[in-house]
Amino acid sequence: MRRRAALTALPLGGCAGIQSAADGAGRHAAIVGDLFTLFLWITGFFFLLVLLFLGWAILRRRSDGTAERGMAVTLAGWAGLITLGLFALTIASFFTDRWLAAASAGREPPLRLKVTAQQWWWQIEYLDPLPANRLRTANVIHLPAGRPVEISLAAEDVIHSFWVPNLAGKQDLIPGRTTDIQLLPTRVGRFRGQCAEFCGLQHAHMALDIIVEPAKDFAAWRTKALAPAPAPQTPQQKADYAYFMTHQCASCHAISGTPAQGTIGPDLTGVAGRLSLAAGTLPNNRAMLQGWIANPQTIKPGSRMPTIKMSGAELEAVTAYLETLS
Amino acid sequence: MTAAADLPRDGAELRGEALHARLSRTWDTPGDLYARLATVDHKIVGQRYIVTAFAFLLLGGVLALIMRTQLATPDSGLISADRYNQIFSMHGTTMMFLFAVPMGEAMAIYLIPLMLGTRNISFPRLNAFSYWVYLAGGIMIWVAFLLNVGPETGWFSYVPLAGPEYSAGKRTDFWAQMITFTEVSALATSVSLIASILKQRAPGMAIGRMPLFAWAMLVTSLMVVFAMPAVMLASSFLIADRLVGTQFYNPTEGGDALLWQHLFWFFGHPEVYIIFIPGLGFVSQITETFCRRPVFAYPVMVLAMVSIGLLAFGLWVHHMFATGLPRVGYSFYTAASMMIALPSGLQIFCWIATMWLGRPRFDAPLLWVLAFIVTFVMGGLTGVMVASVPLDLQLHDTYFIVAHFHYVLIGGMVFPLLGAITYWFPKITGRLMHEPLGKATVALGFVGFHTAFFPMHVTGILGMPRRVYTYPAGMGWDTLNLVSSIGAFLFAAAILLFVLNILWSLRRGRPAGPDPWAAPTLEWATSSPPAPYNFPHIPVVTGHAPLWDEPGDLPVMTGLRVDDRELLLTTVMDADPEGREASALPSIWPLIAAIATTILFIGSIFTPWAVVWGAIPAAAALIAWFWPKSGDVPPEPVIE
Amino acid sequence: MMRGWRFTGDAAPLPTHAFGTASLTWWGVVGFMLIEGTGFALAIASYFFLMAQEKQWPSGALPPDLLWGTIATVVMLLSELPNIWLKRMAEAERIGPVRAGLVIVALFGVALLVIRGFEFAHLNIGWDRNAYASILWALLLLHTVHLLTDFVDTVVLAALMFTPHGLEGRRFVDTSENALYWHFVVLSWLVIYAIIYWVPRLG
Repeated sequence: MRRRAALTALPLGGCAGIQSAADGAGRHAAIVGDLFTLFLWITGFFFLLVLLFLGWAILRRRSDGTAERGMAVTLAGWAGLITLGLFALTIASFFTDRWLAAASAGREPPLRLKVTAQQWWWQIEYLDPLPANRLRTANVIHLPAGRPVEISLAAEDVIHSFWVPNLAGKQDLIPGRTTDIQLLPTRVGRFRGQCAEFCGLQHAHMALDIIVEPAKDFAAWRTKALAPAPAPQTPQQKADYAYFMTHQCASCHAISGTPAQGTIGPDLTGVAGRLSLAAGTLPNNRAMLQGWIANPQTIKPGSRMPTIKMSGAELEAVTAYLETLS
Repeated sequence: MTAAADLPRDGAELRGEALHARLSRTWDTPGDLYARLATVDHKIVGQRYIVTAFAFLLLGGVLALIMRTQLATPDSGLISADRYNQIFSMHGTTMMFLFAVPMGEAMAIYLIPLMLGTRNISFPRLNAFSYWVYLAGGIMIWVAFLLNVGPETGWFSYVPLAGPEYSAGKRTDFWAQMITFTEVSALATSVSLIASILKQRAPGMAIGRMPLFAWAMLVTSLMVVFAMPAVMLASSFLIADRLVGTQFYNPTEGGDALLWQHLFWFFGHPEVYIIFIPGLGFVSQITETFCRRPVFAYPVMVLAMVSIGLLAFGLWVHHMFATGLPRVGYSFYTAASMMIALPSGLQIFCWIATMWLGRPRFDAPLLWVLAFIVTFVMGGLTGVMVASVPLDLQLHDTYFIVAHFHYVLIGGMVFPLLGAITYWFPKITGRLMHEPLGKATVALGFVGFHTAFFPMHVTGILGMPRRVYTYPAGMGWDTLNLVSSIGAFLFAAAILLFVLNILWSLRRGRPAGPDPWAAPTLEWATSSPPAPYNFPHIPVVTGHAPLWDEPGDLPVMTGLRVDDRELLLTTVMDADPEGREASALPSIWPLIAAIATTILFIGSIFTPWAVVWGAIPAAAALIAWFWPKSGDVPPEPVIE
Repeated sequence: MMRGWRFTGDAAPLPTHAFGTASLTWWGVVGFMLIEGTGFALAIASYFFLMAQEKQWPSGALPPDLLWGTIATVVMLLSELPNIWLKRMAEAERIGPVRAGLVIVALFGVALLVIRGFEFAHLNIGWDRNAYASILWALLLLHTVHLLTDFVDTVVLAALMFTPHGLEGRRFVDTSENALYWHFVVLSWLVIYAIIYWVPRLG
């Protein structure tokens, strides 16, 4: 595995990143990365041949006696070489497809998720036969390292595309159709995915965080996420909570274990623990959160969250409440 | 009534200056405004077309510079999301529909009749109509853009985003109707070119002897005929969904978002070859002339272009690899998409072989060919990469694809075009372009292009999707984007140099004479610029390279009328003389019909009744167009 | 320096008009037929594409009434009789029969357009109801546009043939090409008829 990674890194040195197809952290991305390396070498070889032939043609000393017959033979040889090269690449591509399809074989049963894309955020659901174990969140996916994942993809409004380059190629989410994607993360870390099909005004701000963690940590996160939101304790907290539940917030957003069950906007359960806000647009800290709530239309114009007039104290209340949801 | 035998014709009795005077009277376009609007001279229409298409190239280029300025730095607030989305949509739309396809047609409209040895294109008034309709469509969409009603969903406008629910207002309707304008225009010209190339070749120019540019335009025109209806259908369905409530693309009522993609890409893939094959024609003609020998392996070159034209229709699903269609079907499209690299690869060999075997003169046109070879081959190879489904699923919709298609479109069409304009400039204007400046332009253009677009391969692999109005800092994309933006300005500077060269050379270029390059094809047998009637006598051809095959006096055929516009028809395969065809006289009706059509098309953006009511003046104009002028019945037919 | 010329042949004896592939008009009409034919083929492909997505076809309605479509088909086939005769007369350059033929075909055109009106009224579903309805209307509308265009062409040509211009050789060529286009209108109808009236009944 490490040797393969090195081979891939050789022509693309220094290509690590949290949203990089050259830095495979999952089985599928690694397989594709190897295929790319093969293609790069073979196409590079052909390019070199063309350059050599061209250079020779330009620089050669002209002598009499055209080599027209020899040229015809060389043309035939070139045709054969191209055919061979294309054939090799097609076969390699075909086998890669088979390896990708078999990537999750012989492993534990996959973790099943459903991702629903809408303008411009991602709804994430962890599926489970028991309703009590079904988890809903938004714009972040936690995954256990080494376990296959199967994600069913749907779109509410327009065509989007789910792409986490470190883990796998992309798959479109098309209204009226269901598609799916398989992942098999192999390396622990934080990665970023982004919508890869132009979906309107804020297509540029439709990203999501992927956290790949050891199976134990994943299990711990899941248990915590399934638990209802912590109830408010202090009088201030109770006031903040009351404000949230009785104003516009609750009509769009849901927080598990509370009266807020809106489905128009992202689920906010555990929002304080997320790495980013507004589908990867802002880093998640108190100041950013407050700024977002105060004026979403300035940060992400056209997003479905309206700018709601609030006094300073009201803004404080909402922010403080959300900050308790970790 | 004069007998046919007494009518004045070119030949032994009428030649030289006297012939020139008679023919000029018959074929000339006077300078007054009415005459200029009513002209059907393919050279005048062709020049208009070329200038207009070039203007759209510049406009589209300005949009590109605005985008690159925005993307030079992360999180740039220079341009709003809405404005940027309109800009990238207009950039693609302008380049693909208003520059690239029309420019190939434009060069063909000017060059093909000259190259074939005939006096005019086959349907001169239809050709004029085609130009006016194209101009109207281009103006419409740009006015819409400047009024903030420009397209906003990309040049390929996927539904449901472009549908009635998610694209409010008239923006997408203007875009969809612009398609109708440009497709009607392209189809009209293509039918004209097909008929001209098959029926109006000089006697002796058997189909296996015609210039490779003529083959390129024949293939291109046939592709237009079979590909453009797809996008017309798709855009009509889209307008209908938006205007009258049909459900073609609405998944909740039995429609399908993928129907749009299939119809669009069935057109869209051949479209890029429609853009690129004229470029191949340019490269062949330039290579031939500047290597002082015919292109190596002519039959292979012809077969290659024909097979590219055919294969191009079998690839379209490779634009849809991420949509979740059955994998087994995808394999077919991977194989076909790989296969098309073979004819292209063979052509590259043949051009280089021509240089090898010939005596190349590295003037600016041939330097553009060198730039083409290096750049286009790179683009073709990244195309081979994305033909593979697993690779494509990583690279699709990223900056890698942006790099790929700019390499093949700019490398494969714009570089040859700039070489072609330099090459044929002396024929069109009578003066040569400034050669040292031309060479400098190639160098700057090549460096600028690669600086701008090569980094994008890396940017895409590192995860940057396309069509984003901004990107966050610290993703590893910052420097790459800055370099691309600098390169874009360098490339723009090269284009500016090219334009300055043209402007300077129009006044001060060295006078060219009929054949400054000692070239082989027929257009160089007549004056620069050509007389309105092209050739005083119809040339006869005895080989593939007419002017090289006949070093002395050129063989010609006589007998066409001089008091009336007449040209020679020959048989399709062997170009044996078959008949004399009256060529249409100037008429204002193509312009009027185009205006009526424009009103119909633009009206139907706002109400379906425009189709019904607008059809009436359009029909009236068309009837007036075809109705012969009343008066004495002439001894032989005349189209008035 | 301009080259000199040497004369090798004379075009004066060549004819000034001819039928079929020897006339540019033929190539124009055939080009147009290829374009429209491609449009039809793609619209038909769309019909089957949409049908493949649906369990029930037609969805939400009865198929179009067979009566009017079948009447249209019969009249369309009958119109080929005068049309074939007209083409032959045009190629024989006989002005009298050509004038008569054009008028007869034009009258058939009127009848067909009236019948087409009844067809539209008996499609049994509005175009905006669902995708089946939309593609159904689109196919019929596409054909109607061609029918209407050729009808207008025929009328204009008929009028022209009654003027002195009708005696020119070129006009006979135009008449022959118009008859060719009428073949296209009829043939394409047979396919469209089979699809919109019969495919829903076979499923």
